[in-house]
Amino acid sequence: MRLAYYPGCTLKTKARNLEEPAIASLEALGFELEEIPRWNCCGAVHSLADDDLIHQVAPVRNLIRVKEQGKDAVVTLCSFCFNTLKRANLLMKDDAEKRDTLNSFMDEEIDYSGEVRVLHLLEVLRDEIGWEALAQEVKFPLRNLKLAPYYGCTLLRPREVAIDSVENPTILREFLKALGATPVEFPESTRCCGSYQIVSSPDSISGYAWDILSSALSHGAEALVLTCPLCDYDLGQGQKELVKRHNGFKGMPLFYFTQLLALALGLDPQVCHFELNHGSPESLLRENGLLP
Amino acid sequence: MSVSISPGRVRSEFVKKIKELSGETLQLCYQCGMCSGNCPMVSNMDLSPRQIIELARLGLEEEIANSKTVWICASCLACTVICPRGFDLSRLMEAIRLLTLRKRVDYVRPEEIPVKERGELPQIAMVSGLRKFSG
Repeated sequence: MRLAYYPGCTLKTKARNLEEPAIASLEALGFELEEIPRWNCCGAVHSLADDDLIHQVAPVRNLIRVKEQGKDAVVTLCSFCFNTLKRANLLMKDDAEKRDTLNSFMDEEIDYSGEVRVLHLLEVLRDEIGWEALAQEVKFPLRNLKLAPYYGCTLLRPREVAIDSVENPTILREFLKALGATPVEFPESTRCCGSYQIVSSPDSISGYAWDILSSALSHGAEALVLTCPLCDYDLGQGQKELVKRHNGFKGMPLFYFTQLLALALGLDPQVCHFELNHGSPESLLRENGLLP
Repeated sequence: MSVSISPGRVRSEFVKKIKELSGETLQLCYQCGMCSGNCPMVSNMDLSPRQIIELARLGLEEEIANSKTVWICASCLACTVICPRGFDLSRLMEAIRLLTLRKRVDYVRPEEIPVKERGELPQIAMVSGLRKFSG
């Protein structure tokens, strides 16, 4: 099965460790990601002002590329891209006045009215493959790994774009169970990591990160499982400082969910690009016999 | 002497603009404070999210302008999904930010971000940060 795929900017550089294991894993599962042609930056955040239509042009153009391909759905991996594309799509579907304005503004493009479905890879795994079928494909179960699912914000909020229950999401837990790992629930799994505040007040980020990491740790997690490159940066880059500041804290490894998928499916670990991870997970994997 | 305050009595250009930009009905809020209680950034704010709504609908522009709160907000939407009145505070925060940014007053200037950081930050951080903090 071929799926239209929107990668977004970060996945082609800093977060190749999110993208490459996903592509390889899907191939192993019989799916091919077909990158949409001439994609552009999605704009990263959804415009929240009523009169700010110009910032909807970038995400809508990407959706038009998907429609031109003749596909009815597009898969995303990056949580920011997922949110921005899905919210722009809802706007084009539900707001006739803004849709007309945007379509007239982009008169060089075909008209668009929200026909494409915007999906996150986790939804594809849950709805197209299913947890039981995925479990059967697992060659190296991630036994003994105690992993805390961390959702962040943009897969779950606002309510109309959520891939799962806003208050009590289980999709990452079910995913981890399918891979044979032990999911560790903790109350901060949907709490914001600080997001783009890293640009304006980098000093505040370590406090937000500590709230999340220390909670996961106190609930018994050995590592955190992420879906978003900005969560990875915010929770990972300041860990050296947190180790100095908090007695007994030795750092917490961070994984992208796609890296765990590739490992469990028995793919070459090189495809995971662990060298790009902020909180390095390699020693934890070696201790558990999952890396040579 | 009692003073009654109603939307009709607050005649402020500021209130008119933030209503237009946000598309939100400020009178929906009944000040329960669920937004502040669920905000992960509130400890770094000088005015709580709940206070921002109250000051905004009273047209107290200067008090809001002197506060850092809207710049500490990360648009994480924890307030939006918890509000029992269906008020989308993230849109009010954005409207207030835009009133400043559209006067060509940037909160973050790209050239002031250290070169090393610019190289390390993921693209989504740079794009979203500059979208939120510069005009």
